[in-house]
Amino acid sequence: MAPDEYAITAEGLTKDFGKFRALDGLDLSVRTGEVHGFLGPNGAGKSTTIRALLGLLKPTAGKATLLGKDPWADAVEVHHKLAYVPGDVSLWRNLSGGEAIDLFGTLRGGIDKSRKAELIERFQLDPTKKCRAYSKGNRQKVALVSAFASDSELLILDEPTSGLDPLMEAVFQSCVKEVKAQGRTVLLSSHILAEVEALCDRVSIVRRGRTVESGSLQELRHLTRTSLSVETQRPATGLAELPGVHNAVAEGNHLKLDVDNAQLEPVLAKVLGFGVVSLNSAPPTLEELFMRHYGDAPAEDGADGDGGKGGADRAKAEAATR
Amino acid sequence: MSEKSPYTGTQALLKLATRRDRIQLAVWMYGTAALAYSAANSVKSTYENEKARVDAVQLLSDNPALLLTRGAPVGSSQGAVSMVQVFSYLCVLAALMSTMAVVRHTRQNEETGRAELIGAQPVGRQAGLMAALLLALQANIGLFIFLGIVLPLAGLPIGGSLAAAAAVASVGLAFAGVAAVTAQLAGTARGANSLAGAVIGAAFLIRGVGDALGDVTENGTVVHSAWPSWLSPIGWGTLVHPFGDERWWVLALPLAFALLTMGLALRLSAGRDLGAGLLADRPGPAEAPRALLSPLGLAWRLQRGALLGWLVGIAVLGATIGAIGKSAADALKDNADLTDTLGKIGGGGTDDPAGVFFASMMVMVGAVAAGFTVQALLRLRAEETSGRLEAVLATSVSRGRWVAGHVLVAVLGVVALLLVSGLAAGLTYGAATSDVGQALGDLTGAALAQAPAALVLAGFVVVVFGAVPGLTSGAAWGGLALCLVVGQLGGLLKLPQAVRDLSPFTHLPALPAAEAEALPFIVLLAVAVVLAAAGAALFRRRDLAP
Repeated sequence: MAPDEYAITAEGLTKDFGKFRALDGLDLSVRTGEVHGFLGPNGAGKSTTIRALLGLLKPTAGKATLLGKDPWADAVEVHHKLAYVPGDVSLWRNLSGGEAIDLFGTLRGGIDKSRKAELIERFQLDPTKKCRAYSKGNRQKVALVSAFASDSELLILDEPTSGLDPLMEAVFQSCVKEVKAQGRTVLLSSHILAEVEALCDRVSIVRRGRTVESGSLQELRHLTRTSLSVETQRPATGLAELPGVHNAVAEGNHLKLDVDNAQLEPVLAKVLGFGVVSLNSAPPTLEELFMRHYGDAPAEDGADGDGGKGGADRAKAEAATR
Repeated sequence: MSEKSPYTGTQALLKLATRRDRIQLAVWMYGTAALAYSAANSVKSTYENEKARVDAVQLLSDNPALLLTRGAPVGSSQGAVSMVQVFSYLCVLAALMSTMAVVRHTRQNEETGRAELIGAQPVGRQAGLMAALLLALQANIGLFIFLGIVLPLAGLPIGGSLAAAAAVASVGLAFAGVAAVTAQLAGTARGANSLAGAVIGAAFLIRGVGDALGDVTENGTVVHSAWPSWLSPIGWGTLVHPFGDERWWVLALPLAFALLTMGLALRLSAGRDLGAGLLADRPGPAEAPRALLSPLGLAWRLQRGALLGWLVGIAVLGATIGAIGKSAADALKDNADLTDTLGKIGGGGTDDPAGVFFASMMVMVGAVAAGFTVQALLRLRAEETSGRLEAVLATSVSRGRWVAGHVLVAVLGVVALLLVSGLAAGLTYGAATSDVGQALGDLTGAALAQAPAALVLAGFVVVVFGAVPGLTSGAAWGGLALCLVVGQLGGLLKLPQAVRDLSPFTHLPALPAAEAEALPFIVLLAVAVVLAAAGAALFRRRDLAP
């Protein structure tokens, strides 16, 4: 069978838990061979989506395919070809880490012993420890070693590095790059934007059970804004009213504002009219993009109050301290 | 608060624990009080006068089997007769309530990481344990009040009622102390509960042996327990003699025991790290043995430790039953009335006294085996709620295959338990009658005959797990309790036949007394298979719990 173009597709995926709608018509498409970032605030429905894709939940409506198959009806067949790392790895307390790795590998359909040994070495895991003695990070390593030691076509990783230290994060990233180099597909749910930027070809952002943005990082950058800081000879007026201008703050001859990239030209043309003394522009950051979608304001209307900007500032500060 | 006491924050934690348990503990108290009330009430309606009660007590005193499972009578009043029927069970319920509550708020908190969150607050390191102990104290005081109210309502004298209520509550406290210690020893809540459960079982059995070996006096209406009863916390409760000579001073024994064990637990807890058990961890293998690498292998690995504990327990029970079999049979030989009564308990009377005795005992063995299946199959739900199942089902293991692994372990476990109990009983009984071959054959067969009923209960648990997973634990223990109440106390409580028929154990022929018939076994096994298959099918169709 020829490889499908898409390793994962979901169309209008809906899941109700009682009255609560966890997924509300979510769309997702992951191309074969790509690393796809899956982003969204807590409670947006990322894990529910993954559980539906794994056939652990039956969607209320909508359709999903995994490797060309229905994940609910053909769960066992599909699972032969994929490896899954849950967000909260829970292991059997009285099994050793090595036993758990072998168990998952074998239940999946086989494990490469030398690859396992190499990964244990790289992740610096002690496989003889009982699982109850492992920290969160070490439990994640158990699941990661088991997943990377498999030759699965598809890896589904749900926030796999939230407990890892920066050294191990680097090991993780090189593992994902190797997997990608082998032409395998990765769906990576993550909150660590540096990780997403380093690894992902395309990303999907979900919010309240829907996909609000999907595309390559390049494409998404176009949707964001540039921050301008301008000093003019005369006080610049009338800029705040222009379309695509947000958060304009004027102090005498000094003006700070955010501009939608699509509206940069008319705004700059108008600024030039006041006699520019100096001009600084900050490139659009991913953080800013995510904050716009993560924040409380509905993403559709494009309006962005102080809360959104403040969020972006916080994100920058966070990125700086990381 | 600048105070540096290790008990800082106990009050806040106690409030939290009280709030978390407000329904659970109330159910325990209501249930225990309801059992006491209905027993006292039915004694009143069953026996019209003193003469009828004297006959009943004499019947009981003559029979070590009944003394073992019920207790030693202290007279023939309504209260005394009620207590001999249910007092030991009230003590077991108080003990279970207390041990499970203490473990829930100590070791289970540590296991789930809740204790870590609490430990980071300005809370003393002993506050958690102290709050759990105070919670158990509250619960047992509550139980004392409940029993102190319902027993007089059933027409019993106040003094005896209070003595009985205080004895039950003191036994509960003694076991709260036991659980406080086991929670320090074991590294898991399961382990701590199992250890405490084993101590309760041993206490019940030791008291039973003491009562069975007791001296019958006062024309058969009073039995003075032998020395083993003095070694058991449940025995201390019965030795208070509520509605008899009411020896209040005996209460000092369980209360002192409670203080000692609680003090020991606090000492142990002061010297260990959060989350660590005193029974240390050994490193495991870096590679899994082949036997582990399948759903069945995993299920076996998860269950084998618990099964071993159950096997030891049921072997002791079987050996005890076998050992007292001969003297029980001798007592029955001289008493046609008693044989008749026991025959009814076992499910069918014959002329063979030993057979009648063992048939009534095998009901108890079957209940223990059913207890194992319930515990084993609750693993299904525990695996699901812990999130471990998610990772397993994300591999190419089908849901059916996973359920089948656990069910198979439960089935094999039941067979192994019954086989071991039958063999143990056969050996000790055979040693007494000098015919080991015959005894082994009879009693092993009689024990194994309990399996189909235990398996019906197993099937029921699987169905609940498949259909309404949230209720699995409650329905499973409730189902077991129903079987126990119907089996052990159904006659006493005069339950209608339709209710008794709900228990699969009711439908078993009373081996070895009665003739073995194939039909009930076939029907019960078929019911068990249908239930398990339906449960697995329902599970395949539902969402996995997050």
